[in-house]
Amino acid sequence: MTRLFARHRILLPILSLAVLLAATFYMQPRAMSYFGVNLLFNLAVPIALATVAQMMIIMVNDIDLSLGAFVSLVACVTATFLHDTPVLGVLILAGLIAAYAGLGVLIHRFELPAIVVTLGMSFVWGGIALSILPSPGGTAPPWIRSLMTVKPSLVPMAVVAAVLIAAVTHFLIIRTGIGTVLRGVGGNAASVARAGWPVLRLKALAYALAGLFGVLAGMALVGLTTSADANIALRYTLLSIAGVILGGGEFIGGKVSPVGAVIGALTLALAASFLSFLRLSPDWQIGAQGAILILVLTARLIFTRRDGQEG
Amino acid sequence: MLSTVISRPWIWSWVAAAAAFVMVMALTQGRGASELAYAALSFGAFAAIVGLGQMLVITLGPGNVDLSIPAVMTLAGTLSLKAMGSDPNTAALGLLIAIAAGVGAGLANFALIYLLRLPPIIATLSASLVFQSIAIWSNRGLRIKPPAGLADFATGRTVGIPNVALVGIVLSIIVWLVLERATFGRWLLASGQNLRAARLAGIPVELVRATTYVTVAVLASIAGYLLASFSGGAALNMGQEYLLTSIAVVVIGGTSIAGGFSNVPGVWGASLFMFLVVSMLNSYGLGAGVRMMLTGLIIIGIVVAASTRRIRT
Repeated sequence: MTRLFARHRILLPILSLAVLLAATFYMQPRAMSYFGVNLLFNLAVPIALATVAQMMIIMVNDIDLSLGAFVSLVACVTATFLHDTPVLGVLILAGLIAAYAGLGVLIHRFELPAIVVTLGMSFVWGGIALSILPSPGGTAPPWIRSLMTVKPSLVPMAVVAAVLIAAVTHFLIIRTGIGTVLRGVGGNAASVARAGWPVLRLKALAYALAGLFGVLAGMALVGLTTSADANIALRYTLLSIAGVILGGGEFIGGKVSPVGAVIGALTLALAASFLSFLRLSPDWQIGAQGAILILVLTARLIFTRRDGQEG
Repeated sequence: MLSTVISRPWIWSWVAAAAAFVMVMALTQGRGASELAYAALSFGAFAAIVGLGQMLVITLGPGNVDLSIPAVMTLAGTLSLKAMGSDPNTAALGLLIAIAAGVGAGLANFALIYLLRLPPIIATLSASLVFQSIAIWSNRGLRIKPPAGLADFATGRTVGIPNVALVGIVLSIIVWLVLERATFGRWLLASGQNLRAARLAGIPVELVRATTYVTVAVLASIAGYLLASFSGGAALNMGQEYLLTSIAVVVIGGTSIAGGFSNVPGVWGASLFMFLVVSMLNSYGLGAGVRMMLTGLIIIGIVVAASTRRIRT
């Protein structure tokens, strides 16, 4: 049993999601419907995109503590510039992705601690967002709104989107050559450099990918909430890190699993819905999220300890 | 003599603090110099106290960082003020409650790290959610005033120096003595430089790590207790700004982020600098958003500057 889990790390995130889903359906049988599942996982789409963004950074052995602020900023840009002046909006969003690539260059070139730089960047993103939208407001561009509220037959949009995100990133990171090299940067940057790869450019690419998925997360979020504010996604920083780890990723060594990360994000989004079914007092909502996080990560330990001992 | 001073990693944070001080003075044409210095010492003291704790954790080596400092400050502040209930002569009880909260939080953090083998970043972040919930639950939105005597102490001064700064200096001297003169300090530095070598050399590394995680939480709880008394009550977001500050003052102060080397005077220079930068941006009359943005950019700029120096030498 333990051996099985150690070999197929993806089983644990799947199992966590299944258990939580079963518990939710037990608490609230009416959730077991097209409409219910849509409601449960609606907010999971931006979280899954943010988790994939975080995964790109963790893949190259860094960590991004500014992601929540960045997604909030993208949400503000989307609800203002992208709605009012689409061309300018697209340019700004492209500029933000370029800024992320630049961040990767800066961190690699000067051997800076990513944790400090991104913590500083969270102030920069937050400051810009506050300047754009000093108070909550803005309007979602209609096309994003209709994309996020589309109702495909049989399976809810959120599930389709999650499968799509997982498939695309799995292909990109696990299947393609460049994805393998990117994971190699996390595994052993020196040997990737010896093999003739430009590590600086690879790091820029990893950060740019993170920026791209961060932008998608912000746009998806605005499509759901219809308006934005400067603090709308601050909790995504924690959620995205936790999602990556829940999904079987490691902080070092380039060991990440895109499918696991998306499932981890779904689990965390579901945990929030589950807690609201429990009718906990609002005082304990935040704490219960922390407790669930600790619980699920503990389960990961039980199944992976053997892995560590044998390795 | 001069070259030995310049080669000290902590000198740069003091130079930066002095430069920021001069820039504010230039704006006000030299008025209010002593008031500014006094305010910098008062507010810098809180940053320095939590910075000292963060410095010890970061010294433990890569991956070690405490992200629960803001939550521990809030928890200690709310619990101690609730216990004191504005009654006079309960300052000692409040301090005891705050420290107990700190010890509890530190032990909880380390239990998650050691027993569950969670990475410290995840462990302290998840634990901070729980601490925050306990603070919300115990506080229930009440704003309890600190006892008058304690509030007077926290906002008062002795021989012209703010009392909170004096507390901070005493704590700094203790930390400095432990690092430089005590066996425990040597153990801590050795563990940070090479954990495996330290373990093989017979150093009880897990004990060292446990003590360090408890120490950072206790320092955070003392800071929370003082800050709540200083500002006339505990607020649920009172610790918020200290997450970035605690890490920034350690890095700006010249402590190696890779671990194994601590720097106490640098933490103070950096704490004063952080306050002075904010008051500089304030006195330019900038909006909140621009102020935030510039604070972040200045921190990154300093980290870049510090690293180019390191690479050159």
